[in-house]
Amino acid sequence: MNWQRLHGYLSYQSLMLGAVVLVTCAALGWAAQRTHDPILAAEAQDLRNNLSRVLPHGSYDNDLLQTRAQIDGPEGPLDVYRATLQGKPVAAIFAVHGRGYAGDIEVLLAISPEGALLGARVLKHKETPGLGDKIDVEKNPWITRFQGLSLGNPPVERWAVKKDGGDFDQFAGATITPRAVVKEIREGLEFFASHRQQLFGETLAAGESQ
Amino acid sequence: MSNYLRIAQDGLWSNNIVFAQVLGMCPTMAVTGSATNGLGMGLCTTLVLVCANLLVSMIRQAVTEAIRIPVFIVIIATLVTLLDMMMNAWAHALYQVLGLYIALIVANCAVLGRSEAFASKNGVVASTLDGLFMGLGFTFALTLIGAIRELIGNGTLFADAHLLLGSSFAFLETQVIPDYKGFLLMILPPGAFFALGFLLALKRWIDQRQQARQGIQAVPAAALGGGGCH
Repeated sequence: MNWQRLHGYLSYQSLMLGAVVLVTCAALGWAAQRTHDPILAAEAQDLRNNLSRVLPHGSYDNDLLQTRAQIDGPEGPLDVYRATLQGKPVAAIFAVHGRGYAGDIEVLLAISPEGALLGARVLKHKETPGLGDKIDVEKNPWITRFQGLSLGNPPVERWAVKKDGGDFDQFAGATITPRAVVKEIREGLEFFASHRQQLFGETLAAGESQ
Repeated sequence: MSNYLRIAQDGLWSNNIVFAQVLGMCPTMAVTGSATNGLGMGLCTTLVLVCANLLVSMIRQAVTEAIRIPVFIVIIATLVTLLDMMMNAWAHALYQVLGLYIALIVANCAVLGRSEAFASKNGVVASTLDGLFMGLGFTFALTLIGAIRELIGNGTLFADAHLLLGSSFAFLETQVIPDYKGFLLMILPPGAFFALGFLLALKRWIDQRQQARQGIQAVPAAALGGGGCH
């Protein structure tokens, strides 16, 4: 076909542009359909990996993703996952948020029915590489220090970094980040203390009846 | 054949996207905190460049002057979105590292630049090769800047390469300087400007020496106007 001859028509321009948009939209629609399920699966796997990071392997035997429930959190709806072992409640898992040096820090907490912290991991942060990012367990084991602690251990007033008279190490050159994380975890434990019933939901009743 | 050699040489060195055209500064500055990130971003951009150049050169006869820019933009945006969705679905670990930056490839005017300056005027084979070598040159530049910043800033090279390329590439990860205290400035945004500035100066110096040796008058590097471009 002689394309050059058609180029002069005004309608050719719009039709050509329309044809290109039609073809690209069709390609996008097809791809969106094909990738929809794999993306959901990858995200679920991601969540499963995160959840298993705050709970020791083998300490629960249910599929955590199935236990998702929503309760009223301190900042709107909060997703809770409930780990059980042979029907008995092991932990409630939920995320807490706080403001670090460069933005939101999201920490996932697993708390036992007795109120002890079974595990804490930073899920998302934007802290400075090399300074604040030591809260990430892949960079520094700092966050594992919180394992086994609870609101009374250490006492509430010592839930702070050492610079503020508390029990927890800050990093050389970065105090704001660990301060934010300590505060977040303490607030998470306080939220747990006042919302234990809602956090465990029906798993608590099931555990106690056995 | 010599024509193709010329394309390769242009893309990798003489007309390198970063070092000669000074295009695509947004990803160049934003993701080169480590060699691994630079490499990943470079490879993704290469893929988009090759596909965009291929498609644009295929339809170049049918596209008129008046509508070529919107057509190219639509094609590039579609390719980037496809890449984004596919990586999210089938290369999720890589997506978590680079995901934020994939969308930025649309804003990399080097891609539109190659469609406009090369693919719309040349055949399919030459255009595809141009995309490939421009992309590889871009990858080379980003990896080099990333490596310099990472080495000075952290004392490591290709840290976390296994996250990006799979565990078989873990051998790339090296602690070059043991017990290094770190030099934060190079990891932070100013480090990108320092590294790029010194590398640009180095390239000019090498080119001038080469020209002096060949006895040719120094020709100012082809400055394909990066003004107002990211």
